[in-house]
Amino acid sequence: MADLSSEFLGIKSPNPFWLASAPPTDKGYNVNRAFEAGWGGVVWKTLGEDPPVVNVNGPRYAVRHSNDRRVVGFNNIELITDRPLQVNLDEMRQIKKDWPDRALIASVMLPMNEETWAKHVPMIEDTGADAFELNFGCPHGMSERGMGAAVGQVPEYLQRAAEWCKKYATIPVIVKLTPNVTNILLPARAAIAAKADAVSLINTVNSIMRVDYDTLSMYPTTDGMGSHGGYCGEGVKPIALHMIAEISRTPDTASIPISGIGGISDWRDAVDHLALGAQNVQVCTAAMVYGFKIIDDLTDGLSNFLDEKGMSSVSDLVGKAVPTVTDWKYLNLNHVDKAYIDQDLCISCGRCHIVCEDVSHQAITNTLNGERHFEVIDEECVGCNLCVSVCPVQDCITMRPLTEGVDPRTGRKFTSEKANWTTHANNPLRENK
Amino acid sequence: MTERSQADIAPNRLTDAEIESNFGDMHTPLGQPEALVEADRCYFCFDAPCTTACPTGIDIPGFIQKIRSGNIKGSAHTILRENIMGGMCARVCPTEVLCEEACVRNTLEDQPVRIGLLQRYATDPIFESGLQLFDRSDETGKRVAVVGGGPAALSCAHRLASLGHHVTVLNEAEKLGGLNEYGIAAYKATDNFAKAETEYILSIGGIDVRNGTSLGRDFSLADLRSEYDAIFLGFGMDGVNELGMDNDQNDGVIDAVEYIAELRQADNKSTMPVGRKVLVIGGGMTAIDIAVQSKKLGAEEVTIAYRRGQHQMNASHHEQEFAQTCGVNIRHWLAPKQLLLDGERVNGIEFEYTKLDAEGKLTGTGDTCVVKSDVVFKAIGQNVLWSDLGDTADVLDVSNGRIRVDENRKTSLPDVWAGGDCIDDGEDLTVSAVQDGKLAGIDIDRFLKQT
Repeated sequence: MADLSSEFLGIKSPNPFWLASAPPTDKGYNVNRAFEAGWGGVVWKTLGEDPPVVNVNGPRYAVRHSNDRRVVGFNNIELITDRPLQVNLDEMRQIKKDWPDRALIASVMLPMNEETWAKHVPMIEDTGADAFELNFGCPHGMSERGMGAAVGQVPEYLQRAAEWCKKYATIPVIVKLTPNVTNILLPARAAIAAKADAVSLINTVNSIMRVDYDTLSMYPTTDGMGSHGGYCGEGVKPIALHMIAEISRTPDTASIPISGIGGISDWRDAVDHLALGAQNVQVCTAAMVYGFKIIDDLTDGLSNFLDEKGMSSVSDLVGKAVPTVTDWKYLNLNHVDKAYIDQDLCISCGRCHIVCEDVSHQAITNTLNGERHFEVIDEECVGCNLCVSVCPVQDCITMRPLTEGVDPRTGRKFTSEKANWTTHANNPLRENK
Repeated sequence: MTERSQADIAPNRLTDAEIESNFGDMHTPLGQPEALVEADRCYFCFDAPCTTACPTGIDIPGFIQKIRSGNIKGSAHTILRENIMGGMCARVCPTEVLCEEACVRNTLEDQPVRIGLLQRYATDPIFESGLQLFDRSDETGKRVAVVGGGPAALSCAHRLASLGHHVTVLNEAEKLGGLNEYGIAAYKATDNFAKAETEYILSIGGIDVRNGTSLGRDFSLADLRSEYDAIFLGFGMDGVNELGMDNDQNDGVIDAVEYIAELRQADNKSTMPVGRKVLVIGGGMTAIDIAVQSKKLGAEEVTIAYRRGQHQMNASHHEQEFAQTCGVNIRHWLAPKQLLLDGERVNGIEFEYTKLDAEGKLTGTGDTCVVKSDVVFKAIGQNVLWSDLGDTADVLDVSNGRIRVDENRKTSLPDVWAGGDCIDDGEDLTVSAVQDGKLAGIDIDRFLKQT
């Protein structure tokens, strides 16, 4: 059986699944339950200076449901911890004492002055926490006060605050990044410049869930008014994966360890994060929706997957997919895929035909000799994968690479030579012009 | 002589509570959570096979998508614009051999989308609220007579009224609805749904109804042709096929259609007399309906005897199974030979076993058996009772005893259309009758706009 034990910045945990800084890690009671359920570590709900913040007494959460009321997207306007600092510190100290084999990370959010950091960092470290995580990501509420995403969106601020933390801490410092930026490499570089030990990403995405269809006010509201929140859950995973991959594959950022966060609902999502360069992962929304028991599938599923792949530990998986991520301009333009429909699996729903017909390349038939029949017309198929994407039957439509002969669409002969945009004749800026 | 008591055919076999439970809604309607999940199962097929399989061509993926998005009014309109009796059809259609049989979900999982129940989910609120989904076009001043009060007639009347024509419905019965009101098994159309649907259809306006008037008795086809701009005939079939046994003219041999009509109209169903042992001759929906309802009224033993095999029965496999689940015994390859009497009273039937000969023709084997019963229901089909319809048959082309029509449901006369059970090739389904009325209405409109 694969070894799930994890070491991130030298911090050991029995598995690579930490609970992200959020409501599930708000207090000792919850964290005890999480550890009893088997979670590898927690990032304690973000600490701030006293007096504690206050939350609204109306809805903090709103979700997008599927028709069977499955939660497919989640949004919140909860702030950082609203309990006195000392209460949190006492509980953290006790938790670390009771669960020495689990990771305990202190998430912090402090204003932009060095004295505050100088005062708080040693106090917090004294709980026995294994590391700091700097919350430069919360996109609501705290950002209006010049903290959270307001810091994370300005690389200079991020660097300065991270440097203060590093200055007063003896334990590792993780900088948590906001996705509400145009280029994730800029805050990542700022974290590196501040000599942060790692980055974690992503925090939540600026969002308004919907309107109330009766009142035509935004939904939800507190006494008739609402405020944007942070979006999370399975819908944000692709955004997280892109940002993690960018940091992992860019030479000057590639070496910083990453804790992956964003839309991890099951073990496959964790595989995505790890293979694209995260060394461990953090989970919140799935626990918010189902409770702590989901850790069973996360660990069990990952362990079975590693076994199947012949990998003995999580670290074997980390970064495996990174070399396959590149710029568009380096994609091989000589490669030709054609869709292929397995007639034995086809249930004749016709969805492949209608999407190809309406919005793509008119490359799928709908009849053959007057009978309902769906088949790819190789002369028209550009290999776009839309039919594969909409087909309700798994593996019924597959993409098959051309490996010999002529592409009937272009009349071009198959070649194993690669050629990309950088040298393409249509590229006015091509190399070797 | 065997001892017989009056109690062998008697009312009140069950308590009122049992009757009420037995004749309650056959299918529990879908609640919102269930309907939303079921709607999600629809793949929104291109050129959907379910729509092709629907005799009225309802855009099924279209109405299901509207359920999914919470647009129930739009969903109901998508259904009712093609089939104004979409509410009743959701209850009585043999969906297992129509839309649901065609559902592509059957291919891999043998579990179609429950289209019938979704259709009911979308339409029930409209009939409950009476929300009018249809406008009438400007009055054309044209007048159309519609003979009959069943699905074909009402569908035609609604279509014509919506297109601005004035319609007079001439209905022989005291109530509108035809077999929806008098024929459909009670547990399929509970809570007076047929009446609610009829009222909804009339609420569009422009439709006069004269109940209790009869073609052949009160007026002739010629009278109608001189008085109206066009005529639609949807008078159904009033004749009942005979069993053909020498001695079957007996009070204990009952026309199933007539009994079902009485049952449907009975305020208190427990007053209906029912035998301990009931024998039904036939293989269609009427046979199933009378057998199941006899059982639900408290009959102890109910047997359907059919002269051919299971696959030749007109009742769908699903309906046969339903009857069997209700405790009905279905026996095949039995042809009635003679009625057995105990004095004047029916005591059973002697059957001859049948088989298909080398040419595939049904023949008797010579072997016989007896099935005992207190009453015998004949449910072997109906026919148009031309003798009651005056000279109608003389002026119209008739084939196989029914009116011959073209693909637009036009008869051999230029101003007369027909639909429902009275036309040749009529499919014996509510949904087909509705389509007949719809197609005729559309063609009549074309005709009236030319004249």
